[in-house]
Amino acid sequence: MCRSPGDTIKPQRLPLLSVALVSATALAYEVLLMRLFSIIQWHHFAYMIISLALLGYGISGTFLTLLQGPLLRRFSTSYIINLALFGITATGCFLFAQQIPFNAEELLWDKRQIVWLLSTYLLLTVPFFFAANAIGLALIYYRSRLPRIYAADLLGAGLGSIGILVLLFVVMPLQALTLLGLLGVGAALLAVWELQQKKAIIWLLPLVLGLLLLPDNWRTLQISPYKGLEQTLLLSDSRIIAQRSSPLGLLTVVESPTIPLRHAPGLSLNATTEPPAQLAVFTDGDGLSVISHYQGDRQTLAHFDQLTSALPYHLLPVKRALILGAGGGGDVLQAVYHDTAVIDAVELNQQFARLVSTDYADFAGHIYQAPGVTLHVSEARSFASRSPGDYDLIQVSLLDSFSASASGQHALSENHIYTIEALAEFMQQLARGGYLSITRWIKLPPRDTLKLFATAIAALRTSGVTAPGQQLILIRGWQTATLLIKNSRISQEEIDRLREFCAARSFDVAYYPGIKRDESNRVNRLRESWFYDAASALLGDDPDRFLHDYKFNLTPASDEQPYFFHFFKWRTLPEILQLRERGGAPLANTGYLVLVATLVQAIIASLLLVLLPIWIYRQRIKPKTRSVPGSRVVGYFLLLGMAFLFIEIAFIHKLLLFLHHPLYAVAVVLSSFLVFSGLGSAWLGHMQAKGRTGDGRRLLFRAVVAIVVLGTLYLLALGNLPEQLTTLPDAARILISISLIAPLAFCMGMPFPLGLSRLAEYAPDLIPWAWAINGCASVISAILATLLAIHLGFSTVIAAALVLYALVLWVFPVPRQKWTEVSRY
Amino acid sequence: MFYARQLYWLFVGLLPMLTSAALGDEYAQARQRLVEDIQQDVRDTSLYLDKQALDLRVMTAISSVPRHEFVPAAQRAYAYENRPVPIGYGQTISQPYIVALMSDLIKPRAGDRVLELGTGSGYQAAILAELTSEVYSIEIIEELGKQAAGTLSSLGYDNITLRIGDGYYGWEEHAPFDAIVVTAAASHVPPPLVAQLKPGGRMVIPVGSRFLTQQLVLIEKQADGQLVTRQILPVKFVPLTGGHN
Repeated sequence: MCRSPGDTIKPQRLPLLSVALVSATALAYEVLLMRLFSIIQWHHFAYMIISLALLGYGISGTFLTLLQGPLLRRFSTSYIINLALFGITATGCFLFAQQIPFNAEELLWDKRQIVWLLSTYLLLTVPFFFAANAIGLALIYYRSRLPRIYAADLLGAGLGSIGILVLLFVVMPLQALTLLGLLGVGAALLAVWELQQKKAIIWLLPLVLGLLLLPDNWRTLQISPYKGLEQTLLLSDSRIIAQRSSPLGLLTVVESPTIPLRHAPGLSLNATTEPPAQLAVFTDGDGLSVISHYQGDRQTLAHFDQLTSALPYHLLPVKRALILGAGGGGDVLQAVYHDTAVIDAVELNQQFARLVSTDYADFAGHIYQAPGVTLHVSEARSFASRSPGDYDLIQVSLLDSFSASASGQHALSENHIYTIEALAEFMQQLARGGYLSITRWIKLPPRDTLKLFATAIAALRTSGVTAPGQQLILIRGWQTATLLIKNSRISQEEIDRLREFCAARSFDVAYYPGIKRDESNRVNRLRESWFYDAASALLGDDPDRFLHDYKFNLTPASDEQPYFFHFFKWRTLPEILQLRERGGAPLANTGYLVLVATLVQAIIASLLLVLLPIWIYRQRIKPKTRSVPGSRVVGYFLLLGMAFLFIEIAFIHKLLLFLHHPLYAVAVVLSSFLVFSGLGSAWLGHMQAKGRTGDGRRLLFRAVVAIVVLGTLYLLALGNLPEQLTTLPDAARILISISLIAPLAFCMGMPFPLGLSRLAEYAPDLIPWAWAINGCASVISAILATLLAIHLGFSTVIAAALVLYALVLWVFPVPRQKWTEVSRY
Repeated sequence: MFYARQLYWLFVGLLPMLTSAALGDEYAQARQRLVEDIQQDVRDTSLYLDKQALDLRVMTAISSVPRHEFVPAAQRAYAYENRPVPIGYGQTISQPYIVALMSDLIKPRAGDRVLELGTGSGYQAAILAELTSEVYSIEIIEELGKQAAGTLSSLGYDNITLRIGDGYYGWEEHAPFDAIVVTAAASHVPPPLVAQLKPGGRMVIPVGSRFLTQQLVLIEKQADGQLVTRQILPVKFVPLTGGHN
């Protein structure tokens, strides 16, 4: 049993800087690991691995519960060692983990992969364990000034969340890894100074040197050999010619002079021309885009006329086109080939835009500087809402790779382009008689093309169209399908041109107003006319019945539930499982199943981590500390951990469209919540020092009421921000967002330290247990928030968080005899 | 018809045993189980294949080609499991069920000339060599191509001609081909390949990842040169239920 705060002799200086630095580094490390694993593996497995590795926080709580006595007796040494070990393992564990031969695709066939996967979790848990140990030890040791330590933790995390986004722009991911390792050891050095333990420098400096002198061949990313980048590099003489890092992804440019790259998905079988020379651009080692060689001779672009996406150019003279997701410039070249006078090209990723417009502009024929072409680095929805409009064509590019799309890797990714609201907004920017054109990969059985068709119907109805079937066209080749949405009725002349276009290119017409079933499955033959049948059913009398009966989820995505790629239905799973080894596995929408599997594993691991300490605690329990019921400790810190993350995650989404860029949303929302919560906790520490917080119950009540009231107001207002606000400059919108978050986050920073302070008073040896519960709750809530958003929407996530906050009032961790007084509030 | 089918199963069932006796092959039993697995898979997917069984000649080829010779030593234990097996360089030897299905889809005849793009381990080429008279195979990865050439040569396949290089332009000197087998997913069908396919010829392309083939695309060049594709799911899965037609 450790000594109480009053009788412990403590160093003069609180280790606030080292706590802030380790917290900042740990948060940055979490983001960086997601990046690194997305590069060497695949995004959805990266999500699972990192989520479970974060249970290191929970394990640390268990560890501290068991060993807090000896560790606190040698606090300074224990604290510094844990910080240093965090720094070393942050770098080392990843470098070891990437040597583990885990291959997600072999999970189905090779049971050893499960062992490799578990080994990866365990290895990556280690750095988080040490970071949490250090922060947890500081919280317990300085429990009389706990809110200040917690404030340093939150403020540090807030700075870390911004810092890593900046760092990923400045250095390559592996360099960032070394830097974070050094920062971890740097936190230990800071602690040496703060805690006046100068002798520790003797063994810390060699660690710094060790990290700096790691052999170069250790510092190489071991990308899965099954990813597109590695496959392309097997080609004779192919080589990487450029790499650009950002939080949006690692872009790798590859040239292959001997065996030319020729990427032209959906090219007609009748095509006689081949694509020009290309540079490959991989995002995170996969997701191939290309920059096409162009020297001004439009005939070299002829293959662009042999794609399903060329259809709108044959239905009307396109004078003004908007290309959303310009990427390597393929759709821009298609527009140039078809003699489009004005082309607005929108690309989200500035680095990608720069590759085409600057770095390889000579190769790309200065396409983004061509007469009539204007490049806009912007988010598509944001640009469309502010654009001059009057476009004859708005083209939504096919940017994701087939394999990523077909295997359901995007199931967890929000997408704000394929929602009902997005399509309705895009249509408003069309000139009279203009087309919105969207091309998708064909998957069998059909999924995204049909969901897109259903979304288009809903968008047309939202726009007041009573007969949406009169304004839709769907064609398909063997690989891609293109959906056209016209903002007026389709004429017979256009239908004639459509037939001519498809006949010349061996494409099938899946839907147009007045189509007969026997026209729909002639060239690219499927077992049944699935596309026509589905389109007819969706436009028919009972589309809801069709959506219910279909084996995949085709319900249109909305801004509230922007998960277009979520096709999974539980009732289909048994059938797919039976077929898993004969090609059925990709039908299972693995992204969603990985999310569910992550949640199940996190809950099981958390139960073990939380229940185990209870059992041990009960073996050692003393009458004094028994006064706070364990159920109250579990309830309070579980509810808080979940509610905080729910609100944070939901706000990132809610402000994403307002802030016009996903990076702004993550940076502004995450750092604002953490920094202002830290300030809330610091203020609490200040009030406690003045003895003005009482036993905390009144303050907790006020904080919770403020959170619930503000949260409810935002819940009602955020979806309906006035248009004048959404068109303000970036800086103004960022300031507005921070101003909205600040008061809410300030209040959210108080309940956790208030609860810990009460524990410090009545049951101090339960503090690490509370730390464990909170750590586990954070992991579970992040996964649960995504699941809730997929099924019920982000507003429900916020509403659930507010309910959880309200419930904490009933489980404030005070002794039983105090409880009746608490309940009065 | 009934007797014909009985005879077929009897013959296919006996094949591996006969082969085993002839070769004294220690892997024969495993190969027999593999053939049975494939037969079961085919019955399960009959709705999509429009047949209860694959071409007898294809099954004979599967039962006679020593798949373990094409698999790296470390993976040999899995050689006769009905699953893809990694062979290095980010490549796999395809699932035997898919190999059988692709071989069946091109309707191979004894005198056919076949082009294969993506030799890989050489296993698919060996199966094709059992079914046709001339196989031309192109591998883009030099190391793999050399390994496959060694394996095929040691097994005595003298009707396979292998080249290391870019398969985009096919193999003009030996064109036209009765069939073309593309063993890796492609972003599009190269126009030169379409040109090198004989009228009446067939081309098959898998779609999906190295480990999971999601569908097979069969391109048929009709006598008049018109192209028709069929997209075939390797699994029995009907997305629509109820009467929505």
